[in-house]
Amino acid sequence: MHNNKLQSALFAAGITLVLACLMIGVKLDTESTTLAVRGATAEQWTWIGLGVSLVFLSQLFSGQIDTLFGKLPKPNVGGLLPKGQKMTTLKPWLIAALLVGLVIWPFMVSRGSVDLATLTLIYIMLGLGLNIVVGLAGLLDLGFVAFYAVGAYTYALLSMYFGLSFWICLPLSAGFAALFGFVLGFPVLRLRGDYLAIVTLGFGEIIRILLNNWTNVTNGPSGISGIAKPSLFGLEFTRRAKEEGGQTFHEFFGIAYSSSYKIIFLYLIAVLLVCFLIYLINRLMRMPIGRAWEALREDEIACRSLGLNRTAIKLSAFTLGASTAGFAGSFFAARQGFISPESFIFIESAIILAIVVLGGMGSQIGVILAAIVMTILPELAREFSEYRMLMFGLLMVLMMRWRPEGLVPMKRPHLELKQ
Amino acid sequence: MTETLLYLIQQLINGLTIGSTYALIAIGYTMVYGIIGMINFAHGEIYMIGSYITFIVIAGLLGMGMVSLPVILLVALIVAVVMASTYGWTVERVAYRPLRGSNRLIPLISAIGMSIFLQNFVVLAQGSRDVALPPQITGGWTFGDPSVFEVSFSYMQALIWFTTFATMTALTLFISKSRMGRACRACSEDLGMTNLLGVDTNRTIALTFIIGAALAAVAGLLLGLYYGVVNPFVGFIAGLKAFTAAVLGGIGSIPGAVLGGLILGVTEALTSAYFPSEYKDVVSFGLLVLILLFRPSGLLGKPEVEKV
Repeated sequence: MHNNKLQSALFAAGITLVLACLMIGVKLDTESTTLAVRGATAEQWTWIGLGVSLVFLSQLFSGQIDTLFGKLPKPNVGGLLPKGQKMTTLKPWLIAALLVGLVIWPFMVSRGSVDLATLTLIYIMLGLGLNIVVGLAGLLDLGFVAFYAVGAYTYALLSMYFGLSFWICLPLSAGFAALFGFVLGFPVLRLRGDYLAIVTLGFGEIIRILLNNWTNVTNGPSGISGIAKPSLFGLEFTRRAKEEGGQTFHEFFGIAYSSSYKIIFLYLIAVLLVCFLIYLINRLMRMPIGRAWEALREDEIACRSLGLNRTAIKLSAFTLGASTAGFAGSFFAARQGFISPESFIFIESAIILAIVVLGGMGSQIGVILAAIVMTILPELAREFSEYRMLMFGLLMVLMMRWRPEGLVPMKRPHLELKQ
Repeated sequence: MTETLLYLIQQLINGLTIGSTYALIAIGYTMVYGIIGMINFAHGEIYMIGSYITFIVIAGLLGMGMVSLPVILLVALIVAVVMASTYGWTVERVAYRPLRGSNRLIPLISAIGMSIFLQNFVVLAQGSRDVALPPQITGGWTFGDPSVFEVSFSYMQALIWFTTFATMTALTLFISKSRMGRACRACSEDLGMTNLLGVDTNRTIALTFIIGAALAAVAGLLLGLYYGVVNPFVGFIAGLKAFTAAVLGGIGSIPGAVLGGLILGVTEALTSAYFPSEYKDVVSFGLLVLILLFRPSGLLGKPEVEKV
């Protein structure tokens, strides 16, 4: 037994060495016109040695490590929340306190934190949207960022060519993204899950390529800049009104100009939008259509036997998810003031998917929590920015091995017959 | 012959060259999907790693003063195949095997994570810039009237055609004749039953990953030499194309993957010949959607029967 363990540990260490030596141990280098290889520095070899011995030791003592970790309680964030019935009906005063806290908070902290909070709220919107598609309806969408792009470009183009304001464009963007979702979903939702994944992935790429190459409309890779910011009932947040006779926010209220008003205003809009989405999706989940999504995810054949129209249900989930992304997209364009196809690459889709899965598929609280974790953590680890994506990939793999049901698994009030 | 016809022939040659390498990568997807029903998202990265290793070995051997090209290529091929197989095996062992039997979405997300990890691992180890290798195999045959249009068929293209053909033949023989190949086929028919009959299914699945990775490494070597450039991001788009090819031909079917790869390659070559070349990806994905609409199980795939 012990001998066996030593063997497997040696084997694992050997494999690690083989994997590392040609990739890290040797570096390609272009010298004038020819390609040359350069050996690694002693420091890199030390790292390789450390890695190999780490793998060796962890394999050798895997049993002991497992028992050690087995003793540690698994983090269950769900356990921190009120249990059972209380979960479904959060006390009104708690919600009120939370909302007041969210509204007051930005006035007390720095601009940077408010800005980061706004970004987090965008990811929450996206996560909530994808949660409908992946978490509730169980449709794997790998090109979610396409609808985000459609929303962002809808606002940017409408405001650039027709001068429409943010508030008009917000529902328009959502509607337009929904239309895209509908048109794409209609043919492909009849297919099995994996095909849907690859078609949506392809669609995400197609949208990006089109945005990149349709230069005379979308301005190609250089993107669209100077997108108008949202206004408060016509009051702008700039130093001076853009048009003659227009009034700005600070003039109207007779206070000194400060650029942080704009950032706080954007944050408050985001809070408003997120609250609206949470309310809407919460209602939808309790409606027959929401029940049908979950039923379809659990057992498609049973649903069809009960007379549910599979295509209509899937399509409604797909379209609603897409419209949420469009919603988030138009807000993103308004916040950034600049968009380019670079913002809508596959990795964004993967991040949004990771948020949904990390949070626990179907659970709204989980998605919100995961979105916060996924946006704040990279900011904290800024000094390790080169290792950020590496860690992100590793985290996804480890998370799936360690806690595949997510941070806050979705719970429904249910009765169980005790034997 | 007229100029249009010769131009068309040239595009077909180019398309079949690219298409045969897509086919090599697509086989890895299709075999894994056939056995465990998951999309091995990290497969494209294995191809990219294969390309890098080829470049490293060739540059190293040239630096050591080796001149014989066939020897260099052979060594590069062997090292790339062995290394890529090790990567493929490790990925399966670390990221997929512990998750077997869980919800279908879970290994897929783990695979996406693995793909991101491998890509950034290469970025950190080798830098994110393009690495260029001077062309090793030059020259070729030309035919057609030089005053009208000259069709060229380079030695490199011939090498790609030949290697792909040889690899495919070897794979077909392996799958149909050998004991392990029979185990592979049995696993894709019914994994549970095969296990009951005493076949080590874990080992067979690992073997599938190794074969897929080896073929991806061959494709990495060929395309690396053909284009002469590699960067850490080539794996993603190549993987996507190869997966499209696998679905096009009917996922789970090896001849289907080959057919799908060739069709995709030719379509791309023709699109970039007659339209702006940026749109070739749009056309290939459009083709995928069309095929799925009218023949959801792919060209050579068996329609899936739903069992309750």
